Amino acid sequence: MITIFGVPGPLLFGQLLLGLINGAFYAMLSLGLAVIFGMLNIINFAHGALFMMGAFVAWILLDSLGIGYFPALILAPLIVGAFGVVLERTIISRLYKLDHLYGLLLTFGLSLVIEGLFRNAYGSSGLPYRIPDVLQGATNLGFMYMPNYRGWVVLAAVVVCFSTWAIIEKTSLGATLRAATENAPLVQAFGVNVPRLITLTYGAGVALAAFAGVLAAPIYSVNPNMGSNFINTVFAVVVIGGMGSILGSILTGFGLGVIEGLTKVFYPQASATVVFFVMIIILLARPRGLFGKAA
Amino acid sequence: MSLTRRTLLATAAAVPAPAFFSGARAQAVPTLKIGCLTDMSGPYKDLAGPGAIAALNQALEEYGVSGKGMKVEVLSADHLNKPDVGATVARQWFDRDGVDLIVEVANSGVALAVAGVAKEKNKVYLNSGAATSDLTGSACNANTIHWVYDTYMLAKSTGGAMVKTGGDSWFFITTDYAFGKALQRDTTDFVQGAGGKVVGSVAYPFPGTSDFSSYLIQAQASGAKVLGLANAGTDTINSIKQAKEFGIKMRLAGLLLFLTDIRSLGLDVAQGIVLTDSFYWDMNDRARAFSDRLSPKIGGARPTMVQAGVYSSVLHYLKTASVMGVAKVKLDGAATVAQMKQIPTDDDCFGPGSIRADGRKLHPAYLWEVKKPAESKGPWDFYKPLATTPADQAFRPLDKGACPLVKS
Repeated sequence: MITIFGVPGPLLFGQLLLGLINGAFYAMLSLGLAVIFGMLNIINFAHGALFMMGAFVAWILLDSLGIGYFPALILAPLIVGAFGVVLERTIISRLYKLDHLYGLLLTFGLSLVIEGLFRNAYGSSGLPYRIPDVLQGATNLGFMYMPNYRGWVVLAAVVVCFSTWAIIEKTSLGATLRAATENAPLVQAFGVNVPRLITLTYGAGVALAAFAGVLAAPIYSVNPNMGSNFINTVFAVVVIGGMGSILGSILTGFGLGVIEGLTKVFYPQASATVVFFVMIIILLARPRGLFGKAA
Repeated sequence: MSLTRRTLLATAAAVPAPAFFSGARAQAVPTLKIGCLTDMSGPYKDLAGPGAIAALNQALEEYGVSGKGMKVEVLSADHLNKPDVGATVARQWFDRDGVDLIVEVANSGVALAVAGVAKEKNKVYLNSGAATSDLTGSACNANTIHWVYDTYMLAKSTGGAMVKTGGDSWFFITTDYAFGKALQRDTTDFVQGAGGKVVGSVAYPFPGTSDFSSYLIQAQASGAKVLGLANAGTDTINSIKQAKEFGIKMRLAGLLLFLTDIRSLGLDVAQGIVLTDSFYWDMNDRARAFSDRLSPKIGGARPTMVQAGVYSSVLHYLKTASVMGVAKVKLDGAATVAQMKQIPTDDDCFGPGSIRADGRKLHPAYLWEVKKPAESKGPWDFYKPLATTPADQAFRPLDKGACPLVKS
């Protein structure tokens, strides 16, 4: 059996794959953050809470209406996205003219309120959500036992990430969005309703978080703190990838998942900090992040 | 009663001023103040939290304090799982609010901090929620009683049973702070003492870890037969869920699992897990009767052993207060605890028991197996009994704990 740095090869391959799975969540969450920051200039700290809401909406749909996993994968992002739209229209839109810091504080406060409400209503130890029957079971890959559901998560994440990237970079809608970010008054002069565009962008970013939440529900227990476990790492991913860079956040998300996975084999105690260590090094070498554009 | 100027003046002349003013409000009925310091918002909210406060009120109601010439006031606070917050609240309660007794305090770090404050202020502290066996070991004091369970009890009951049934090689997944390390240490002693061996362990960062798959794969690769989970709350829940997902073929030893954790896991995932609790709502008629009384007050849920412990400990405290007199109880916490150790305990949750010199409450430890979904008859019907460790053997021998209160 081959060994790499004293670790058996199969174990290492298994860890790489697991890293990729976690990376899928980082990528989806940081993508939403990057889209929102790129278009709205809001550092959306409520992203973790909205991710958690996605998981809860899926659980509520199943528990009280009997609506299963696959419909929930569409419905939950729509419902939470609509909630995001209301949030943007009523509260967040008031801060666009102010410094970034106000948006950060406001969304941080919102996330505390949302998490508190869910904790009050559903307790803190979490609720079970079953893996859908078609995705039950696992496949033996030779070097490890791969749960089918995790494979599905990676697949879904890759598809969603790259279609979002394609929409923003390759379509005329995306072109309008990017133009509105550069120079809103000019785009408005061309007859585009920029405020509505911004609202819908926020809604879409939130829907992405909720989608990730539904994907996460069967893996982690559906619990009010599930978003806050992720959110710090995800912010590091966005910073490393370059604030507002779509492709940067996707690639960095997957990449950091792998780095974290390897740390768990060689020195597990550091697995929570390694991401920030990478962040420090990147910021020293490239202050705008790996994929950030020069000002 | 009408208050004339003449009686007012006469009373004022007869008693010193401060006593007069408080007496005018409380009609001289002595008031005990009990503070429930618990986790109201974090990972232990469901197993303690609001349910613990409800259990405390249940004890007051059943004891009938008003009929016994006492008045009891209840305070509650959230320690946020931070030792400094817990110690500050305890200090304020004792100094400013005149609290006589603090109960519950889930989280070993906070529990140890509060024990120190209770000793310093000479008040009473009855812990139900914390795990560390140091509360009756090196950190024991004359003002503290550890009521429900500890790491030694869990390690002996669950760990010992596993080795006896062939689980002689272990791998630990351990939360990287004092509680996890104590639990791994105590369990390792039992595994090795019974002729088993520990082939490896990983310590993962706490809090903030939600993905355990990497550690599970490492555990599987070690070739050990038993996977020891030296963690608690949502961490344990996620570990067990993911072990099932990744087809881990090892036997799972959940070293600290509560009723609410099993509910959160669901029986299809949790079935077959072996665990130790010193109270289960369905274990006998008395426990069932208690649970039926409390259940409507905690949203239809069934009480955990921690909540049962709050009820049991408060009831015993009130009995002691009746024997000693409220005035004496308020005056001297250490004397109250000494008296509590003299009186045998008996209640619906833990049955007859006693309290040892080092502050360890003694009762049997029960080993349970989680039922299969088909065996369960209702929403909280989760456990079937496997074994019982009698009260005199369930806990660490008195002379082995290094408690300064125990004279050799």
